[in-house]
Amino acid sequence: MSASKMEITPMRSTLGRVRGLGSAKSGTGHWWGQRLTAIALVPLAIWFVLTLLAHLGAPHEAVAHWIGRPVNAVLLLALIVALFHHLHLGLQVVIEDYIHGEGARLAVLLLMRAAVALLFLTAFVAILRMAL
Amino acid sequence: MVEFALPANSKVGQGKTHPAPAGAKRTKEFRVYRWSPDDGAKPRMDSYIIDLDQCGPMVLDALIKIKNEVDSSLTFRRSCREGICGSCAMNIDGTNTLACLKPIDAVKGAVRINPLPHMPVVKDLVPDLTQAYAQLRSIEPWMQADTPPPPDSERRQSPDERAALDGMWECILCFCCTTSCPSYWWNGDRYLGPAVLLAAYRWIADSRDEATGKRLDALEDPFKLYRCHTIMNCTQTCPKGLNPAKAIGKIKQLLVERQV
Repeated sequence: MSASKMEITPMRSTLGRVRGLGSAKSGTGHWWGQRLTAIALVPLAIWFVLTLLAHLGAPHEAVAHWIGRPVNAVLLLALIVALFHHLHLGLQVVIEDYIHGEGARLAVLLLMRAAVALLFLTAFVAILRMAL
Repeated sequence: MVEFALPANSKVGQGKTHPAPAGAKRTKEFRVYRWSPDDGAKPRMDSYIIDLDQCGPMVLDALIKIKNEVDSSLTFRRSCREGICGSCAMNIDGTNTLACLKPIDAVKGAVRINPLPHMPVVKDLVPDLTQAYAQLRSIEPWMQADTPPPPDSERRQSPDERAALDGMWECILCFCCTTSCPSYWWNGDRYLGPAVLLAAYRWIADSRDEATGKRLDALEDPFKLYRCHTIMNCTQTCPKGLNPAKAIGKIKQLLVERQV
């Protein structure tokens, strides 16, 4: 962003370049959301791993019956929502950190979001199909 | 994309070796980064073997000795030689610090000296800090208050309010922290960096300043502030023992606090 602006106006003052387009007045929701989903994922992930271990080698009917219980279905959906929201927030930070050039950054961000959204919907539908 | 390799003209080669004077008993090798914009040559590491019995205890003493007695072309900034001006900030033995506060004894083996990382080099150990200074200017590091000061007196603070500034007013703006921060390396054109964010919080925390909301508005940005990922290099490297990471954490905390 600033790099392209620097190329257009190489004689701009350093202060003008540093101020750039000003503050986006955002980012707090992103940062706070990443912390909150991280905290939510601690108990959800422990619960998920423990129940997975409890169902090691269980037949399909037993697992389907377990997911069919509303409490389990809701917790599983909560896990999926928190997990994919956290994943999308985290990957966005990585992309913003390392991919420079406005066009490339935007393209990769959109691709990442589409991929995460599709994976999320796939997991969501899979759980709903087994639960309902 | 990310630049993993140095540009071709930045590969550092082996330079000249200046041997110890005859009769030196206790010697130490200083390997110093050399580059000049004038000769078109690539950067190199020159070796200087110094007689420690004829040299002061700090790395800056050795640099001054080299410049005075061995190689007057060696270029570096220094002024107060007691850790208060911030001029002699450089990378010594892999860590950003002040040459005047770094004892030679604290380094095992040869003392490797480089300019502050990832900044344009003016010459030898002198980095170009123009952008960092402009970033400091952009956070408006001065008192902003609409209430006029009491006539014929100062704006008053309680001892507790004054204590809230401890750990921040001591910053000497040497930019050791900012230039140690990977986030600043990758996105320094937009990320303000730890030194400037510490200075920003110094004014946010000041009880006499009335522009807190405006200051927070100006920082609330994915790049200006939120490139900080709590890597903590800043706090680890600060030659004054300050904690910029904590100040940045406080800014993030206040930004959440005004929303919930």
